[in-house]
Amino acid sequence: MNSTLYHRWRKAKSVCMSFATFACAVVAIAPLGFVLFYLIKEGASSVNPAFFTHLPAPVGETGGGMANAIVGTLILLGLASLIGVPAGVFGGVYLAEYGAEKVNWWIRFGADILNGVPSIVWGIVAWALVVVPMRGFSAYAGGVALGFMMIPLVIRTTEEVLLLVPNGYREAALALGIPRWRMIVQIVMKTAFKGIVTGVLLAAARIAGETAPLLFTAFGNRFWTRDLKDPIAALPLQIFNYAISPYDDWHRQAWAGALVLILVILAINIVIRALTRERFAGTGR
Amino acid sequence: MNLTLEPHQPGAATVPSHQTAAAPATPAAQPTPATEIAFEVENLHSWFGERQALYDINLHVPATAVTAIIGPSGCGKSTFLRCLNRMHELVRGARLDGLIRLFGDDIYGPRMDPTLVRRRVGMVFQKSNPFPTMTIGENVTVGLKLNGVRNRSLLNERMEKALRMAALWEEVKDSLNQPGMSLSGGQQQRLCIARALAVQPEVLLMDEPASALDPIATMKIEELIQELKKDYTIVIVTHNMQQAARCSDHTAFFYMGKLIEFDKTEKIFTNPGNKQTEDYVTGRFG
Repeated sequence: MNSTLYHRWRKAKSVCMSFATFACAVVAIAPLGFVLFYLIKEGASSVNPAFFTHLPAPVGETGGGMANAIVGTLILLGLASLIGVPAGVFGGVYLAEYGAEKVNWWIRFGADILNGVPSIVWGIVAWALVVVPMRGFSAYAGGVALGFMMIPLVIRTTEEVLLLVPNGYREAALALGIPRWRMIVQIVMKTAFKGIVTGVLLAAARIAGETAPLLFTAFGNRFWTRDLKDPIAALPLQIFNYAISPYDDWHRQAWAGALVLILVILAINIVIRALTRERFAGTGR
Repeated sequence: MNLTLEPHQPGAATVPSHQTAAAPATPAAQPTPATEIAFEVENLHSWFGERQALYDINLHVPATAVTAIIGPSGCGKSTFLRCLNRMHELVRGARLDGLIRLFGDDIYGPRMDPTLVRRRVGMVFQKSNPFPTMTIGENVTVGLKLNGVRNRSLLNERMEKALRMAALWEEVKDSLNQPGMSLSGGQQQRLCIARALAVQPEVLLMDEPASALDPIATMKIEELIQELKKDYTIVIVTHNMQQAARCSDHTAFFYMGKLIEFDKTEKIFTNPGNKQTEDYVTGRFG
């Protein structure tokens, strides 16, 4: 009798706790639902062909689009990748394949600290390194700020996927008399290629939405940028500028911009999912 | 260092048997002094960090024959094998001391490039490891390609030859563009043997090549070893004493990092000179 009572009490506790953890999980993903719901509700009506093909309309006129900002974001991502991908990938290769244990510890520690550096700080760094010497805001400056942010992200993911490559492949390659660097490039990196691409895409998705590092580097531009030495528009910047403006039409466009931005990031994440699923299927025995 | 090819003096536990005249085995199978020596190993010690793995190994591995290395787990068999193609030093903290000559060349000499040693001394691993990103054909030619061979017809010729030597050609000739991973376990292991043979090494090291295979695949590998020994020097590490008895000409028994006995396989398994060897091969321990 006593034991059944205890048993019931324990069961009740178990149910309560299970429910509590479930509720927390719902709370954790609820913001995603809210964000998507709100963006679609407010922004969907303003996402039209003109949004993708037109420049921003002058103040007072309705309509116009964010074509320059969409292209600008792509250009900034490209510039950032020029810095972030080689530095990050080769840094990751160093950590996984070459580095001495002590050196590696410091590099990993440094990369983790850098991952936590507030993005506005990267903006200041790029401002001091690029904007001041070049005497002006530019696409280059924005690319440098975002590129710096990419490096630690890419380093860590590259290292992780390279370490997932079984050591047997390295030994097999070396036992064939293949020089070490060719073994790394042609065997290890080739085996981990999809993982490396996934890491780069993750980093790109992460920096695509950054606003703070661009505020005083890329600066934004209401027109097409013909020279990378000039300021350039970017979706997050445009959203920020439109959102704090006093015009209703701009507010609607800001919603639309936010919706497009999150759809782009969603698309990148779907590609990543597809890549990783295939990767695990590919190396399984 | 001692450069002579003459028999070295037996250490405390070392019996460099094939030169001892006392061996009563049939003279035909006895390696004569004229037998070419592939590896001369002298006073080899090796360590992993602080832990010593091999103690004073002295051993002459005869060319174009099969030498089996047996002994209980952790006795240093694999470590010894990996010293022979400079794979031992790839482990962090691993080091060694002593002399190993491959057909007269000091493989740890100051000007010897480890990658060149490894091209001359091929290796097959316990777990078959075809490269997952490559087709069957690419797996065979990868060693040549990544060493700079570009000539397509040469690559194809070597690929076919290596696959034939590995007794795999008939099974895969129509599926050379399939992934290497699509083969069965035994075929994968023969693919790895073909991959090692394609770079035309002088010696083939095999680290328990059949321990993960079923009996039929194991038999194929053993038949293959008999074929290959006509052209190659083979050193095989095995847990399986029947396998050593079946397919080797000479057998070395390792125990606790020491070479206990080295002799013709027949002698090791029928009339070992050492009590520990006898206990091991008769299954009394290990």
